[in-house]
Amino acid sequence: MNGLRRMPVVNYRDIKPELRQLQRRAFLRNTLSLGGLALLTACDLSTNSGVDAALKSILRFDDRVQAALFSGRRLAQTYPPSAVTRPFRFNAFYPEWQVRGIPDGWRLEVAGSVSEKTPWTIAALRMSPQVEQITRHICIEGWSQIGRWSGVPLRAFLQRIGADLRAPFVSFRCFDGYSTSIDMASALHPQTILALDFDGQPLAPEWGAPVRLRIPTKLGFKSAKNLQAIEVTRIFPGGFWENQGYDWFSGV
Amino acid sequence: MPLHHQPTRTAAHPAIVRFLHWVWVYAIGCMVFSGWQIYNASPSLPFNFPRWTGLGGWLGGALAWHFSAMWLLALAGIAYLAYGFTSGHFRRDLEVPGPRAVVRDLWSGLTFRLGHRIGHYNAVQRLLYLGVIGALLLQVVTGLAIWKPVQLGGLVSLFGGYPIARNIHLTTMFLIVAFVIVHVVLVAIFPRTLVSMIVGTPAEPEDPI
Repeated sequence: MNGLRRMPVVNYRDIKPELRQLQRRAFLRNTLSLGGLALLTACDLSTNSGVDAALKSILRFDDRVQAALFSGRRLAQTYPPSAVTRPFRFNAFYPEWQVRGIPDGWRLEVAGSVSEKTPWTIAALRMSPQVEQITRHICIEGWSQIGRWSGVPLRAFLQRIGADLRAPFVSFRCFDGYSTSIDMASALHPQTILALDFDGQPLAPEWGAPVRLRIPTKLGFKSAKNLQAIEVTRIFPGGFWENQGYDWFSGV
Repeated sequence: MPLHHQPTRTAAHPAIVRFLHWVWVYAIGCMVFSGWQIYNASPSLPFNFPRWTGLGGWLGGALAWHFSAMWLLALAGIAYLAYGFTSGHFRRDLEVPGPRAVVRDLWSGLTFRLGHRIGHYNAVQRLLYLGVIGALLLQVVTGLAIWKPVQLGGLVSLFGGYPIARNIHLTTMFLIVAFVIVHVVLVAIFPRTLVSMIVGTPAEPEDPI
């Protein structure tokens, strides 16, 4: 796959996020392709607003189906160390040369329905019991790769900060401008971790330093890198891609 | 079905089959064209589908189409299977008489000696229709497997893991598209079959064998 090819200085993947930015201004407005024209004769093609609304409401229905299919006890398959993909493919909404280092005085902030709001240092996170997993990271684009992460189970972390575990959403804000959110049931899954190490080493900036979410029961874009703040909330938080039309639940 | 009771008034294709046929044209069209757009986001073979064929405009839009049209496809499929088994449609119209009949009909078809009687399927047609029904079922199952590789982990391991299941899903799409091409070419050669799939054209008397 692409990860095995040598990358030229500028390639399509580098400019893809910018190309996308141009494409996704209005969600689904570009359905005016031949396929769209041929299949949408009954719809108002000048705005497509009715079609967009229908698709979005079906996606919300799909989210309910996915939540019903999800089991907090069903584990993602784990692999032996020999199965780990090397080199691991970098992916973000920006090219690799725009990766940001850890900001000075970085602390992991916690907010929302939690009783203990003291920010966390990386040392404090390392003091908590760690778990390791070798799991498949599946991108919404269809490619996948197997990686090895270890860190603090999110369930233990949420309990430690006195989070209201009945709140429906856990939201993640990152210092690179990214954001995402997940449902509480998935947040409490035993394989959902705040990863500190990748492949036996502390996370490098391109892999999400100093701490990232790793959630093998959801598509890759939910495993937010370069975390800045975690919020437990009752208000639907959305996210960077979700606000542009990626299906919110995105379970696998 | 007692076809011989009302030979002139029995439709070649019952209304439910005609209705479901056109639902499929729409649903499979949505699935294939949005699927091509999804494929283009990360091609696993060294080619892309032409951009203008894509449905949805970008990956997120294409996925929204794919995960919407799948319900239509599934509902139409369930309705058809239920009708096919309970009405005797599968047994009557799609049962393949045997390999010799397939070879015979394929040969007379290729040498343009095979008559076409609307409402009756020759052995090659029966084999192809059964084949595409099987391919659609496989496409639904592999689609479920790569949609939910953790929650339906058993399905994914049945196909040898996520990447292989994804490739089977792609390959089966090609088989379905190949069927559609053959199907449409044959309809172009026998245009009255198109009419019989829209209005209730009476079935023609069967070929004397």
